[in-house]
Amino acid sequence: MKVLACLKRVPNTGAKIVLTEDEQRIDTSGLGFTMSPHEECAIEEAVAQVETHGGSAHLLTLGPPEADEQLRTGLAMQADEATLLETDDEEWSPRATADALADGIDRLDDDEGFDLLLFGNESADAANYQVAVRVASELGYPCVTGIKDLEVEDGTAIARREVSGGEEVYEVDLPAVVTVKEGLNEPRYASMRAKMQARRQEIESVEPRAETRAGGLEKVRLEAPETDDSPAEILGEGPEAVPKIVEILAEEVEVV
Amino acid sequence: MILALVEHDEGAPEELSLESLAMARELATAEGDSLEAVAFGDEADALGDELGEHGVEAVYCVAHDRLERYAPDAWAESVVQLASEHEAETITAPGTDRGREVLARVGASLDAPLATNCLAVDIADDGAYELRRNRWGGSLIEHARLDGEHKLLTAAEHEFPIEPAASTTEPSVSTFEPDLEDDLFAVQVDRVESGDEEGIPLGEARVVVGGGRGVGNAEDYDQLEELAELLGGTVGASRAAVNEGWRPHDDQVGQTGAKISPDIYIACGISGAVQHMVGCKGADTLLAINTDPEAAIVQKADWAVIGDLHEVVPELNEALRDAS
Ligand SMILES: Cc1cc2nc3c(=O)[nH]c(=O)nc-3n(C[C@H](O)[C@H](O)[C@H](O)COP(=O)(O)OP(=O)(O)OC[C@H]3O[C@@H](n4cnc5c(N)ncnc54)[C@H](O)[C@@H]3O)c2cc1C
Ligand SMILES: Nc1ncnc2c1ncn2[C@@H]1O[C@H](COP(=O)(O)O)[C@@H](O)[C@H]1O
Repeated sequence: MKVLACLKRVPNTGAKIVLTEDEQRIDTSGLGFTMSPHEECAIEEAVAQVETHGGSAHLLTLGPPEADEQLRTGLAMQADEATLLETDDEEWSPRATADALADGIDRLDDDEGFDLLLFGNESADAANYQVAVRVASELGYPCVTGIKDLEVEDGTAIARREVSGGEEVYEVDLPAVVTVKEGLNEPRYASMRAKMQARRQEIESVEPRAETRAGGLEKVRLEAPETDDSPAEILGEGPEAVPKIVEILAEEVEVV
Repeated sequence: MILALVEHDEGAPEELSLESLAMARELATAEGDSLEAVAFGDEADALGDELGEHGVEAVYCVAHDRLERYAPDAWAESVVQLASEHEAETITAPGTDRGREVLARVGASLDAPLATNCLAVDIADDGAYELRRNRWGGSLIEHARLDGEHKLLTAAEHEFPIEPAASTTEPSVSTFEPDLEDDLFAVQVDRVESGDEEGIPLGEARVVVGGGRGVGNAEDYDQLEELAELLGGTVGASRAAVNEGWRPHDDQVGQTGAKISPDIYIACGISGAVQHMVGCKGADTLLAINTDPEAAIVQKADWAVIGDLHEVVPELNEALRDAS
């Protein structure tokens, strides 16, 4: 079985987000980078499915040259191959991203195509909720979204999505696109040795292709919303604060 | 016209659908256009009265013998056919799993742009939309333009107030029969399995006691469980605690976990990363227990106790037990 996982490099913001002066992006000086937890689960699932069924696990991202760092994170989790659709550092619109990924998948797809294409349910930064659906449509594959439980048996994916009071179950024939949520599995920790090996592995860099269209969804600027930074009322240090906590719970919040 | 997808429970519209209708109505009013709704499933024809209160002028109930169970491509194709028949250029949906995935499929089918998580939408002089939308789960806002022959939007959760329209309409209610090919049913709900519900779901709890990396191990969550029980609440966790294997992912609060809206959130040993805070911004009040007075959560909380949760929480439990 050939499995693909798509991931996106994003800044690893901490307790406060600072924007660049032109308000076009997050100021990443001093920040590390990461990917969405959903996508970590997609990679884990790709690797685990290949461990069960045999085959190979591939990774794909559209991003700047530095996005090889996130691909290497996935390689260290035992994915077999990784491809970078290399951009300058500008973020692409969801339609252009989907075009480029679909085209990239086509080009990766020698004779034996992918059986399962895994995406995050939404990207960590943009949360467009659509790149995977558009890729599936371009490739003509069925797509199930928001999946937290997945089994693959005899060419069928059995996928479960949480709904209020239970789960709805989908059974789709492979090849299929599946978007996943954190909680699907527990992504493995890569060993030191695997990380070292991943550092030496070759990553194929390919020029992305996308259709150009007028209009669409275009970012104008970003805004960091006002947060209430008035400091908390300090009730005390250690257990001496307990009587005050009880008072608040009883009188202000009225939960005792 | 502006076409709004409405989800409902046997004829009663869902809350998030009414919120997205509020967004759609703002657009309809600004454009001097009519607001019309599309709904699927049993008793959709009972939606008329209530949607009339929200300014809807027509309700289309999609009817097809294979649509008994949810099928996202078939829903999307039905919406596309309806939009084409009635010349709807703008289509909106609620910010739910179904709303988003149906609209993404409509977008793929029409090659139209889709803006998700919208907070506000205005119309520019050239007819494009100028909108604000949530990014990073709501810790950043994007100002964007949405332009095209068709414009698709979903509303962010709990950002548009549900208010009746200035004047009530009496919507026409009609059946729409789409023409649906076999391959649109390749993805369809096969069955629904009911879950085993124990305790109070995080999203509904009045009190949530959250534990983060500061709890230190799985066993010490017993103290937090006891506190939650004494207050009639439930326990939540940070991603760090879930990654450590101390708590199941179902307990995670945040951008990739549950969104909570309790009367009080008691965050113990949690630093206050933005991805955690977007999950608990619906809490009325926030009490932080943290050893570090500089922790971000201490800035964001209403009240804070500076100290070791392993000392504070057991004392608090004892005091609460004595008080009851
Ligand atoms: C895309 C993305 C999505 C994410 N989604 C989520 C999400 O849904 N939910 C989530 O929680 N995180 C999420 N994260 C992770 C998030 O960025 C933080 O890493 C995480 O919230 C940190 O958890 P923590 O506060 O428990 O740990 P830490 O940041 O390590 O903080 C531990 C805190 O405990 C305090 N402490 C230590 N010992 C004690 C003690 N004995 N008593 C009292 N206090 C003590 C410390 O002072 C510190 O403030 C996401 C990250 C990314 C990039
Ligand atoms: N630049 C990208 N490169 C690779 N995959 C991406 C990219 N952008 C989005 N994706 C994938 O599509 C999913 C949904 O993204 P979005 O539509 O932005 O919410 C993400 O979780 C990724 O799996």
